[in-house]
Amino acid sequence: MSREATPLLQVKDLAVEYRSSGWRRPANRVLHNVSLDIHEGETLGLVGESGSGKTTLGRSILGLVPVASGQIIYDGRDITRARRRARRALAKEIQVVFQDPYSSLNPSLLVSDILSEPLRAAGIGGAESRRRVRELLDRVGMPADASERYPVEFSGGQRQRIAIARALALEPRLIICDEPVSALDLSTQARVLDLLIDIQERTGVTLLVISHDLSVIRAVCHRVAVMFKGEIVEQGSTSSVINHPTQMYTKKLLLAAPVTDPDEQRERREARRLLAETEAVA
Amino acid sequence: MSGEPAALGTPELPTFIRQGTFRRLAKMPTVWIATVILFTALFFSFFGALLAPFDPNFTDLNMVNMAPFASDFLLGGDRAGRDIFSRLLVATSNTIGGAAIAVSISVAIGASIGLMAGYYGRVFDALGAWLSNLIQALPGIIVLIAVYVVAGPSTVTSMIVVGILIAPVYFRLMRNVVISVRNELYVDAARVSGLSDIRIMSRHIFVVVRAPIIIEMAYIAGIALVIQATLEFIGLGSPENPTWGGMLQDSFNALYISPFAILWPALSIILTVLAFVFLSNAVRDTLGDPRSSGGKARKAIVSTPDSRATADAGSTHAFLTVRDLSVAYPLSKNESRTVVNKVNLEVNRGEVLGLVGESGSGKTQTAFAILGLLPPEAIVDSGRIVLGSTPLLGLTEKKLNALRGSEIAYVPQEPMSNLDPAFTVGQQFGYAMRKKLGLSKAQSRERALSLLARVNINDPERVYDYYPHQLSGGMAQRVLIAIAVSCDPELLIADEPTTALDVTVQAEVLDLLRGLQQERSMALILVTHNFGVVADICDRVAVMKDGEIVETGDTRKIVKHPEHPYTQLLLSSVLDNVPMRAPLEPQAEVRA
Repeated sequence: MSREATPLLQVKDLAVEYRSSGWRRPANRVLHNVSLDIHEGETLGLVGESGSGKTTLGRSILGLVPVASGQIIYDGRDITRARRRARRALAKEIQVVFQDPYSSLNPSLLVSDILSEPLRAAGIGGAESRRRVRELLDRVGMPADASERYPVEFSGGQRQRIAIARALALEPRLIICDEPVSALDLSTQARVLDLLIDIQERTGVTLLVISHDLSVIRAVCHRVAVMFKGEIVEQGSTSSVINHPTQMYTKKLLLAAPVTDPDEQRERREARRLLAETEAVA
Repeated sequence: MSGEPAALGTPELPTFIRQGTFRRLAKMPTVWIATVILFTALFFSFFGALLAPFDPNFTDLNMVNMAPFASDFLLGGDRAGRDIFSRLLVATSNTIGGAAIAVSISVAIGASIGLMAGYYGRVFDALGAWLSNLIQALPGIIVLIAVYVVAGPSTVTSMIVVGILIAPVYFRLMRNVVISVRNELYVDAARVSGLSDIRIMSRHIFVVVRAPIIIEMAYIAGIALVIQATLEFIGLGSPENPTWGGMLQDSFNALYISPFAILWPALSIILTVLAFVFLSNAVRDTLGDPRSSGGKARKAIVSTPDSRATADAGSTHAFLTVRDLSVAYPLSKNESRTVVNKVNLEVNRGEVLGLVGESGSGKTQTAFAILGLLPPEAIVDSGRIVLGSTPLLGLTEKKLNALRGSEIAYVPQEPMSNLDPAFTVGQQFGYAMRKKLGLSKAQSRERALSLLARVNINDPERVYDYYPHQLSGGMAQRVLIAIAVSCDPELLIADEPTTALDVTVQAEVLDLLRGLQQERSMALILVTHNFGVVADICDRVAVMKDGEIVETGDTRKIVKHPEHPYTQLLLSSVLDNVPMRAPLEPQAEVRA
């Protein structure tokens, strides 16, 4: 899809390294020259296996890991190495929903404190903040009396709704969802994904969804980028990547995910075995 | 998930912890005694001077070295003819005050530097660690003597120095706790929310570290008191103000003339220090282990009237038969929560049974009941588990152990945490094989190598000598599978064996399990929440919800024509069946 507008977020040739322990050991490079565009209002999926660097990419956009080289441009501004103050101002623009709804909410704070925290940091307090907290809970389908309870009183799916509400508090334009449903039960997953789609349709917020699960990506993403060993090996519209993958790794990933029909799964297994054989020959 | 029992009663957790802590503390006699002693000491340190019958420096030459309980001087007189009781009361304020100074100084310096070092890391951490090491390397008593020489006799000055010398204790404590909290996702979330560092530290981090700091304070107060007494005793105190340590020295010099005089300051010091230490330990134990004093550990209660009845076990031909199995956990004295309710299962040799359900459905508890691995507080209310012709419930641990490995084996969910990091792959293999199969060391090595090759590990010789941390998740799971089948079990129970693995590795591990199961015609029970895994490997499937099996049958039939509404709900939630998201329409970009 060609689009005139400049992307909301551009990642250009991004490289990220983690310092190795030990003196003068070379740094461990986990992202190699990654480039991505995310357009306003779309959902981009980032799929890959553990260690592929997908989470690191998300964290570098959020400023939680230092960048070795390359650029991250948000809405025309270079935020690659934004200072603390500039980074704090970005809180109104870029938000996050983490994978683990158990450790992403401070267990010793009330839900109302968790949700009003970003508002207070932005200088919104008192009655206005309380009104917004009620509104946020309503928007993610939680009862209003949830605000006077602790995170531990809620199930995983409900906690993830609270985490989504916190991400929405400052009405950001981009939300990075890092494995938003992988810690949840099957029947809850679909509902949380529906909530994300619903919020996007109502507010036009841009989403970057990071997941190892192609079925999650398939359900919520307009476009998808496949990561493997710190590089993006393939990207395109969800239907083209899933229905007509061009790269070996994407094909493997697609065939490895089991389906619920035993007969179809038998065919997949056979196809996967054939693919492995052709790869071994090549 | 195996966390079902832990999830019991979670709704009341926050209040439960707080009330529970105080209630459990209040039940301990040591806590009561310690609190009474400390409050008495605190009371006298404020009002001791007012309550003292005599001025602490009033001397009466008739009372020199007077015996206790013999005159107006209740506890006798010291060698200058002063009232020991009055001096003891007045000294409380100096002594306790001195300890308070040392504690506050060490908390203020140690904790704040530790907080910065833990939170910012790098330069702050290096600088803080260097300073802390420097202070710890200084010989404390020599520093204190030097300070005494330079600054003169002053309790306040010497206690400030003691505070600085103790500060590294807090520095280390604080730094370590902060580092562990700093990596919590909620701190990242707070940072992304735009909170300033100071706010993050005060709101998210201080909440977590305050408990260990308070616990440590009581302990440090005890230590400060001992150091202070030592200083006074070797003569480094100020002669104007009475302190317990100073009185100790005074009476020590008159030990032969008036032996009782040394008793009172010594008792005061010992009782107060012990009270501090016991209180600190009690609080630490209570917070550290919420169940430490919750009652005696219960043995697994198996109340099965017919658990030993083997008579009708032969009526079913299945290899493993589970009948009416119920498992419950006690919530309080009279209540219990049932996590497995009247479950019936059958598995034949050469058959793969899928046990499917969401977290909390009781699928792992059912598997653990078959394995005899339920935690001691579990109550098996009713039921029968028969393997071959052996009833498993009610077996002694010894008899169960004889069955484990050679009859039943287990593949866990988290491969990494189920390998002992201290032993190599080969060592973890060998023990069971030598014991169960009676193999020699060389034979067991040979067998292990062939099993490693069978589970598709390249270069088995090298992996045999690896430690678990050298394995990837997929390799670790293969090793565990190889160990599980090493003694030729007839029944393999795999609890979410692929949940922690990547999809490409999952596919390979499932291939491996299928291959091994067919070769050996084992019975396999696969606990999972993933219908894709079920479709891939299971012949039959049992769907669990809230501890009950709601539907069971042939995999093809259940997946294609589910009858129970819950099975239908689960299958409709599978994301493969959700329509693919349509591409973004350019017009839809307009943002309000």
